[in-house]
Amino acid sequence: MSYLINGKTGNWEVVVGLEVHAQVVSNTKLFSGASTEFGAKPNHQVSLIDAAMPGMLPVINKYCVEQAIKTGVGLNATINLYSVFERKNYFYADLPQGYQISQYKHPIVGEGKIELDLEDGVTREIGIERLHMEQDAGKSIHDHDPKRSFIDLNRSGVCLMEIVSKPDIRSPEEAGAFLRKLRAILRYLGTCDGNMEEGSMRADVNVSVRHPGENLRTRVEVKNVNSMRFVMQAIEVEAERQVSVWESGGEVIQETRLFDVNKGKTRAMRKKEFAHDYRYFPDPDLLPLKLEIEYVNSITSTLPELPDEKKARFVKEHGLSSYDANVLVSDKQKAEYFESVMQYTPKQNQRDRDPKVVVNWVTTNLFGALNAVGKDISESKISAEQLGDLLDLVSDDLISGRIAKDVFDIMFETGRDASDIVKEKGLTQITDIGKIEAIVDKVLLENPDQVNQVRGGNNKAIGWFVGQIMQATDGKANPQLVNKVLREKLN
Amino acid sequence: MSLSHDDVEKIAHLARIKIDDAELETLRTELNNIIGWVEQLSKVDTDGIEPMTSVVGTNLGHRNDSVSEVNLSDKILANAPDRVGDFYAVPKVVE
Amino acid sequence: MSELTRLSISEAACHLESKNISSEELTIAHIEEMERCRDLNAFITETPELALQRAKKSDARRSKGENVGAMDGIPIAIKDLFCTDGVLTTAGSHILDGFKPNYESTISQNLRDAGAVMLGKTNLDEFAMGSANVTSYYGPVKNPWVVNDLKDRVPGGSSGGSAVSVAARLSLGAVGTDTGGSIRQPASFCGIVGLKPTYGRCSRWGTVAFASSLDQAGPMTRSVEDAAIMLQAMAGYDPKDSTSARVETPKFNAELVSGVKGMMIGIPEEYTLDSTSEEIRKLWEQGCQWLESAGASCKRVSLPHTEFALPCYYIIAPAEASSNLARYDGVRYGLRVDGDSLDEMYENTRGEGFGAEVRRRIMIGTYVLSAGYYDAYYVKAQKVRALIAKDFEAAFADVDVILTPTAPTAAFPIGDRMGDPITMYLNDVFTVPASVAGLPAISIPAGLDSLGLPLGLHLIGRAFDEVTLLRTAKALENLADFNASPSKVDS
Ligand SMILES: [Mg+2]
Ligand SMILES: [Zn+2]
Repeated sequence: MSYLINGKTGNWEVVVGLEVHAQVVSNTKLFSGASTEFGAKPNHQVSLIDAAMPGMLPVINKYCVEQAIKTGVGLNATINLYSVFERKNYFYADLPQGYQISQYKHPIVGEGKIELDLEDGVTREIGIERLHMEQDAGKSIHDHDPKRSFIDLNRSGVCLMEIVSKPDIRSPEEAGAFLRKLRAILRYLGTCDGNMEEGSMRADVNVSVRHPGENLRTRVEVKNVNSMRFVMQAIEVEAERQVSVWESGGEVIQETRLFDVNKGKTRAMRKKEFAHDYRYFPDPDLLPLKLEIEYVNSITSTLPELPDEKKARFVKEHGLSSYDANVLVSDKQKAEYFESVMQYTPKQNQRDRDPKVVVNWVTTNLFGALNAVGKDISESKISAEQLGDLLDLVSDDLISGRIAKDVFDIMFETGRDASDIVKEKGLTQITDIGKIEAIVDKVLLENPDQVNQVRGGNNKAIGWFVGQIMQATDGKANPQLVNKVLREKLN
Repeated sequence: MSLSHDDVEKIAHLARIKIDDAELETLRTELNNIIGWVEQLSKVDTDGIEPMTSVVGTNLGHRNDSVSEVNLSDKILANAPDRVGDFYAVPKVVE
Repeated sequence: MSELTRLSISEAACHLESKNISSEELTIAHIEEMERCRDLNAFITETPELALQRAKKSDARRSKGENVGAMDGIPIAIKDLFCTDGVLTTAGSHILDGFKPNYESTISQNLRDAGAVMLGKTNLDEFAMGSANVTSYYGPVKNPWVVNDLKDRVPGGSSGGSAVSVAARLSLGAVGTDTGGSIRQPASFCGIVGLKPTYGRCSRWGTVAFASSLDQAGPMTRSVEDAAIMLQAMAGYDPKDSTSARVETPKFNAELVSGVKGMMIGIPEEYTLDSTSEEIRKLWEQGCQWLESAGASCKRVSLPHTEFALPCYYIIAPAEASSNLARYDGVRYGLRVDGDSLDEMYENTRGEGFGAEVRRRIMIGTYVLSAGYYDAYYVKAQKVRALIAKDFEAAFADVDVILTPTAPTAAFPIGDRMGDPITMYLNDVFTVPASVAGLPAISIPAGLDSLGLPLGLHLIGRAFDEVTLLRTAKALENLADFNASPSKVDS
């Protein structure tokens, strides 16, 4: 299903490329030994290097290189054995060196691709242009003082990966799907926590529009959009703005714009007197980064299973539907939760759990309940082990599926074990045939009219009796047995 | 290549150096002399030559990912011309 | 004038070792001399208290038999380009007004660890940009060699203050830095020994950067042996400098007295310039004959790209400098000149903080890196640099050491050659090629011109072969038997 804007002059296609800045998970900065921990007091995680004191020199953090390589492999991309750090020169208050150390002509990672699973089971491949490593800048705070801006350099020097997609994205939804998939991959790899609220993932969005089949038109860069929703919104409104510019006979100019969250519009950044001229050149303080192929291979061999592989395995090993598998693998923690439930083998129960039952409980009941209260899987009070125990009570006929739902609700609130709740509330299923016969007899005796109806051929009434008996036992009677006994007695 | 008045202004702005108008013409002449002089490099045949970025033949050294610098705020703020609390202060920036 | 200030480092070390003298006595003698000769303007900051403290500590070590080597207790001067803990560090610039680092450069730390006693911080051309020590914010340095015309002459630059402190017996040795000749040319102008080690031999950490791919610290002394002793204390791999060489540090004086018998000395054809004075040409020939008389052979070699080394240098060095000096922005240290906006503050601070020569070089550097000119200037210069390095490589296949003059002239009067920057740049025509190729080179005082001013001869060695270079220099020193001293010292 394609996303088209209906203009006066016909349909317009949206062409989008994303530049994602992902903060690398590491203890220390790219070129210094200062901590990267979030939330420190201002200027408390700044080394002499990060503050660009005279004579300070950068020394690269090996782990950051490893993280970039891992990410490259996860994006099915070429790892360049030769890459170069260059200086991007510009003046800004939160850029202490007067340049950002980045990679320009020779990035560490070259072309790759990401596969998107879209809503209707369609898959789309989005190309990755490159990934390069660079330093983050510090932070300027403009609202503490009427005349001054305050500078905090805690972020200065933190390692970022800039991941650039090809202009293969054709709708806001695809952009959202791309970011979700990218975030999932980064989280699986442990190379970026993907937390957009804390700024550890930020996107620049390049948007242009064209009539289908046309060559590319001028693109506009919308800078620093910091949530999935805003990315999608920004594409939508920017594309519409461009269509109306073109259709009113104007021309879209190549520029950088900001997305105004409050107005839901993009606006041009304050006009610069002179265009940027970053004067990139290889950083003479750093030699080229040369990697041994054996080193890259050793990193590749330790990579965890990634979403696409995991999905394929879930479908093959557990017979899950592609849809269910997608829901699970979209988030590493969700997939791990499902696998924990599947793998946990209780002592007294040697049977494998039914993956279809498990996936249903995990995705529908648990994720549904978490969603309703706006919580994350990591905040679930029910552990995988506890959920497994609950499902075993059902499959062992100790409680009914209906009772299980009630027990689940209590577990979700309190985090208590299913068996404790069942014991305390006396919810154990009645499977004693004698007890059930006694109840059935009693109910039949009390409702002669309905008995006659059934015997007269109205099978619907059997259902009514089941309901009565379940009610009389607070739902504890085993429904199969109740059915069986009823049918015997009524025949 | 010869630098115009505008070019010199542009370069001065890129480099964030204030140049008095009175000085600009002299500077322009000096810069043009220097640039004219270094342009003799164009006489050198450099076809097929790789640019040399460093004379050091060895590989890039690196460090491990362990925190080695803790709580340096006083050290890095000690020389600040304008400090407010733990912040550096600069004239207000409008984005 | 005390006898103590006439000693060489090796002689002083002997006296200290045999407890004929104490470091305190030695230091006091130099402090007195430093104070007596303030008119030379060799020091920007004198640190007599610190020196006495360290001298006493050295004496205490020695009395306990814990002295740490040949530099222990030796009073030296440090170029004010090295950051020194708690001591004003200016780089000869207004823009570092009041800057007191709270860290110590690796080089000055190494010397401290070796027991050397810092007398103070010596004057220099602003940010080491100059060949006459006339661009310092703290005023020009005067050469202690005064001849019949009684004119004040330049000491050369940029390590002019260091050269003068050694020549005028204000210190036993001094640390300089050499980017294009800043150790060797002032050594030649002041009649002392100046050694620029191989690039990467001495750490750049904590040294205010001028041009990162060229800057190298080195010793300035009154004898070749002293240079070897001092370099021993300075050199070594430093993990804090990514361009520091991971090679073993040899015993630099291992072959000092081995002579030059059987050695092949290269005489580069292209170093004969029209601007070179007849006297210097003669001295060069004389040097050749001296070495031959000691059993070496001289051989003509060709370094065809030599004539392009200077323009190549004057693209690369300013380019790197324009970026290295971006950090002086009035935000974190040094001078701030206020402005209504951030950009205005930057422009005012940097406009007022940098002197004319530094401004010129930043402008040139900014220009050659800017969009549209980068390939024509910067990349071209890097290619020429590669050719220059190849020339040397080819020459060193045939010869062990190359002999040239150090500078095309002797020291000239302060105020001369100020009209045109390029005339000043030509001072470094013989020293720049070795800098561009990263090779070790040394200037040895070899004679006096007709006015009675010292002239130096220059030896260039193979990369990391300072041992052979020093051995040749020692032989040349013996043969030249230069024992004149500046009038200032004789008075
Ligand atoms: Mg970008
Ligand atoms: Zn970036």
